[in-house]
Amino acid sequence: MSQIRSACLDPDYFGKLSQYAFGLLQPKEFLFLTLAAEESQFVRLNQAKVRQIGIVQDAILELSLIYQSAPGRLHKNSYSLTLSGLGAEDQARIKDALRSLQSEVQALPCDPYAELPRSAESSHTENQGELLDHSDVLSELLAPLENTDLAGLYSSGPVVRAMAHSEGQKHWFYTENFSLDYSLYTQTQRALKGTYAGSKWNREAYGAEVRKSKEQLTLLNTQTIRVPKGAHRVYLAPAATYDLVTMLNWGALSEASIRQGDSPLRKLQTGEKKFSSLFSLEENFQKGGSPRFNSEGELAPERLTLIDQGQLRNSLVSSRTALEYHVKSNQACSSETLRAPVVAAGILQESEILKKLDKGLYLSNLHYLNWSDQPGGRITGMTRYACFWVENGKLVAPMESLRFDDTVFNLFGESLLGLTQSQTWIPEVGSYEMRDLGGMWCPGMLMDRMTFTL
Amino acid sequence: MDASNLEKALLHLDLPQVDWIGLREVREKTTHRMIRDGKPYLNETTLSHGVMVEVLVNGQFGYAATSRLDSEGVRNAAQQARDQALITSKLGVYPFTPQHRPPTKKQYETRTERALNAKTAGELNSTLIQICEKLKRSPKIVRTIALAHVVETEVNWVSSNGSRASQKFSFLTTDFEATAQDGGVVQKRTDGGFRGRSFQGGWEYFETPDLWQRVERVADEALELVAAEECPTETTSLILMPDQMMLQIHESIGHPLEIDRILGDERNYAGWSFVKPQDFGRLQYGSPLMNVSFDPTVAHEFASYAFDDNGVEARKEFLIKDGLLVRGLGGIESQARSSLPGVANARACSWNRPPIDRMANLNLEPGTSSLAEMIASVERGVVMQTNRSWSIDDFRNKFQFGCEYAKLIENGKIVKTVRNPNYRGVTVPFWNSLKKVGDRSTFGIFGTPNCGKGEPNQMIHVGHASPACLFETVEVFGGSV
Repeated sequence: MSQIRSACLDPDYFGKLSQYAFGLLQPKEFLFLTLAAEESQFVRLNQAKVRQIGIVQDAILELSLIYQSAPGRLHKNSYSLTLSGLGAEDQARIKDALRSLQSEVQALPCDPYAELPRSAESSHTENQGELLDHSDVLSELLAPLENTDLAGLYSSGPVVRAMAHSEGQKHWFYTENFSLDYSLYTQTQRALKGTYAGSKWNREAYGAEVRKSKEQLTLLNTQTIRVPKGAHRVYLAPAATYDLVTMLNWGALSEASIRQGDSPLRKLQTGEKKFSSLFSLEENFQKGGSPRFNSEGELAPERLTLIDQGQLRNSLVSSRTALEYHVKSNQACSSETLRAPVVAAGILQESEILKKLDKGLYLSNLHYLNWSDQPGGRITGMTRYACFWVENGKLVAPMESLRFDDTVFNLFGESLLGLTQSQTWIPEVGSYEMRDLGGMWCPGMLMDRMTFTL
Repeated sequence: MDASNLEKALLHLDLPQVDWIGLREVREKTTHRMIRDGKPYLNETTLSHGVMVEVLVNGQFGYAATSRLDSEGVRNAAQQARDQALITSKLGVYPFTPQHRPPTKKQYETRTERALNAKTAGELNSTLIQICEKLKRSPKIVRTIALAHVVETEVNWVSSNGSRASQKFSFLTTDFEATAQDGGVVQKRTDGGFRGRSFQGGWEYFETPDLWQRVERVADEALELVAAEECPTETTSLILMPDQMMLQIHESIGHPLEIDRILGDERNYAGWSFVKPQDFGRLQYGSPLMNVSFDPTVAHEFASYAFDDNGVEARKEFLIKDGLLVRGLGGIESQARSSLPGVANARACSWNRPPIDRMANLNLEPGTSSLAEMIASVERGVVMQTNRSWSIDDFRNKFQFGCEYAKLIENGKIVKTVRNPNYRGVTVPFWNSLKKVGDRSTFGIFGTPNCGKGEPNQMIHVGHASPACLFETVEVFGGSV
């Protein structure tokens, strides 16, 4: 089966295009380049059959031109274009894009928070995987799924993130990975969620994953019960903890958001509200699968404590925010979002979870979270998938979905009773525009009360 | 590449044993410009260009998308698409035929009065800076933002069974916002919520005669909100203005009626639907005042088009008539799989994603009540405007939405502004509590560029138009204390 590798996945090709682009610069001009490229096979499944199948070859090069009209006066303009992988064609596209940027940039107002490129350490990372051949994928994927109702997406292939700037710095991050993100359904329309992901496909491990999910599915085959709204004691499994912690990525840990008044953690920073001393969160690139460099070429620290025993020690600070508010950058990405988050484990043993929960809700996943009062730190969302009512430390029955509406200061604060001893890797499987990289290490969380409203 | 070159590329493909081939080329130029507190925050253009080749073999479609547009690139993609289709023989959800890609020769182009390329980057930055300056009406305004998002899209579509069609779209989204702070209270007011002011057209949709009045109003209302009381917590009458109705329609009518959701395609991502195939023609979705149309023919609404990405010609259809569910949002593939009546809504967000069932323009038809009549009919209630928070369960039943701005009604009169307004409900009971539908004087057209769905994920433009509406016995509540 034809699998033709695009030149856009080759670091030398990126190097040649970079040199070509830098050669087109005029005096007082500086250029940042970032590349995102992938070659992906996507298989969308419904009822353990193929709904859609295809291959996507894509590469986006962003050119960010900085024009220095006078010392300290910078003007910034950016242009992203699709690369074809054909040298002459891509050079022509870069030339057109740069001309467009050059023709506009002097008319743009001065950007006081733009930065010139700085020489710094370069990096090169290549993670080769062992991925299924395009032609083998269906036989491998579908073999253990006989007589199951599975919906999901298999994604596989190489992914590149790279950057270079006109002062000589360059970073290259290449990885080969796959994921099968799936929902397994009972005949009564109850479901559990699973993900099998990695860089080396292992038939036995995949078979074991499916077998385990099938066994767990039997727990959902009993009649559901309707749990009344109100406050309940709750255990959030690691995937549900992930859903909750992900909300801190939405304008919460960003220093710019804190400064501009809309961060839900503003009151944590001022000391008006507290998180539990049991809760700690860090960025840890030693454990993540995402690149450490940002679009300016800055390398984030390998580890950065964000919340330490309930105290906000660091927010995420980009160089732009650092300039604006005269604070120190910690080399965050421009959106000031988490890239390699790790929630610290606790001391709760997995075998003790149901006993410690005693009576309440065991929630495997949450769904469609949003701030219901962002400055007030209040989140609403739904329960989803394998969620159970628990009594006397035993699973009683799967429960109908409930809506919660509660504050981060309660959920990560006064109600937090404990976190599990072990953490689970929750890979990012999103694919808006391109496949996401990285993931989060999460423990489960036991909470004294969580408020359900509908 | 253009339509004629695409046709040549198709003619040069020599694939044995295929039942159908289609090429969809998309060239999309997107420009974002954003000013924060009077200073440039974003000046960014993206040019995305590629071709998706779809091949049908033995009842299964395979696709391959490539940004390599020379003949060898397209040929390689076609071969890959064919290989994908071949391995899927007997493993697909449904046996498709070339009839599921009907030939079309339609052409479409957005009508504009002031073309989107008629304003230079410098001019647009100046206007956005001026908006930020006008928004800063008080030291209590702590942040101002103004933005414009311009998208120009060309789609060419050719197929082995005779499609030769093209569409050219001009999309414009603008917004501005003021954030006010007084002590510990922070409130934001925008010109349309989550990119609510989204149209097909030119700059005439931005520089409208009321632009500067809107700027003043947004700033004044942000200041008003920081001084306002919390929205009360009670079960009461609720009037939703059109810029919140658009979101209510989107989440609690649009998504649950997508036939691919009803068929379970989306169960691993956005979720399933409470609507079952047997509900069509039977389910009283809402009160008899409720008439909902799928209408991709409304001039300047955000998701108007002549044909969908399966080549099916687009026309207006009623989905809900007098409150009764009659038709679903499903393209030609979903219609075949479900045997349900559908619409021309198989759409892809770009050249690198396959078409799936999407909303296009999904509109609530106007009724007969003026806004004044609606307010006068309410003994106690709340009027809410402009979405700021949205959440609904995976079957599209239990929702909770928050708005930016609200007014309290007592004894048929508006008495004061309240902040942090939220409401919650369950889809079918909520729509059956619809008591009055506003007339054309209350009608507004909105849209969003950010409807997410599908695996792999796709973000797409949708349009929504609605009058103001009155609902009874709704749970409303305010923010955190």
